[in-house]
Amino acid sequence: MRYIEPHAHMVSRVTDDYLQMLTAGCAAICEPAFWAGFDRSSADGFYDYFCQLTEHEPKRAAKFGLPHFCWLCINPKESENLELANDVLTLIPQFLERPTVLGIGEIGLNKNSRNEMTVLEKHVDLAARHNQLILVHTPHLEDKLKGTRLIVDLIKSDQRIQPGRVIIDHVEEHTVQLVLDAGMWAGMTLYPESKCSPARAIDMVEMYGNERIWMNCACDWGVSDPLAVPKTALEMRKRGHNAAAIDKLVYQNPLRFLSQCPKFKLAEQ
Amino acid sequence: MTRRQILDLYFMDARWKLIDLAAFIDRVERAEGEEDFRMQAFRTALLELSKGNKERAKQVLLAFSDPTTQPIAKAMGKGAVGAYKKTDSN
Ligand SMILES: [Zn+2]
Repeated sequence: MRYIEPHAHMVSRVTDDYLQMLTAGCAAICEPAFWAGFDRSSADGFYDYFCQLTEHEPKRAAKFGLPHFCWLCINPKESENLELANDVLTLIPQFLERPTVLGIGEIGLNKNSRNEMTVLEKHVDLAARHNQLILVHTPHLEDKLKGTRLIVDLIKSDQRIQPGRVIIDHVEEHTVQLVLDAGMWAGMTLYPESKCSPARAIDMVEMYGNERIWMNCACDWGVSDPLAVPKTALEMRKRGHNAAAIDKLVYQNPLRFLSQCPKFKLAEQ
Repeated sequence: MTRRQILDLYFMDARWKLIDLAAFIDRVERAEGEEDFRMQAFRTALLELSKGNKERAKQVLLAFSDPTTQPIAKAMGKGAVGAYKKTDSN
């Protein structure tokens, strides 16, 4: 089996996780910028984090022959503070030309507040001006439906953004259709409690098709599983999906979306 | 897959989860005090299971979701609790 992990927060993981993922067939890892579990006190904290994502983490992955890519932004959980968000937005352009930066993400909403919307709009504008791909985090639990609608509407209203260059992550059964109908890609996150189980992810593929959709583990500092994607691929096999269908979902699809950024290259290519 | 094959694959797991769910409701009802909006949403969501709708997972998720459409004035924290609580401001 081969697969691409399109959403993993490796800065929060131990080196053994790289080895496990590689052993399971991982061909590349993509790491969106996110919340550290605590609020950073200044833009300097983000500067260091962006250096970690673009310099240190690719080196750590390279020890295992794994290409490591990243996405940059200030995440929605820290976007309520507009002053901080503006400072971080000013920092981002200097990193965008770095060789492993794929785009802007994971932007989006958390509690669906006005300030979060303002910061989301600025990120979308930044992506449009710099012709960047966009990776979006949708809110959790009771906030997901409303947040996904607000996000999709906001991005659709910016004529400069091509929907096929946007992935809306953490979809569930009540949001996947509206994302696909908007022409965007949908990410299913295999994460205990708050997101999607392997069985439900496979259900969604069976119900909504396998065209613009991928799976990711979103492993981070919380209870999460870096091997969630290959484990779900094994469950797909039990469910009667053939090798080509599995390969499309876990390898070809992320490859197709991510290759829209010319910097995304796999080792064997 | 046939219905029989799906049952072979998932029945024991679903049975275990259903008993766990029943035990959870018993546990809530054994405990002192009032239920809150979370349990009310939970009971509404439970009704979706027996309606014969083919999109039960979606309907359950909708039962827990914030139905409003406008951004809130300010985020008063970061967490979500799993069910929508109607307040005076929304
Ligand atoms: Zn994430």
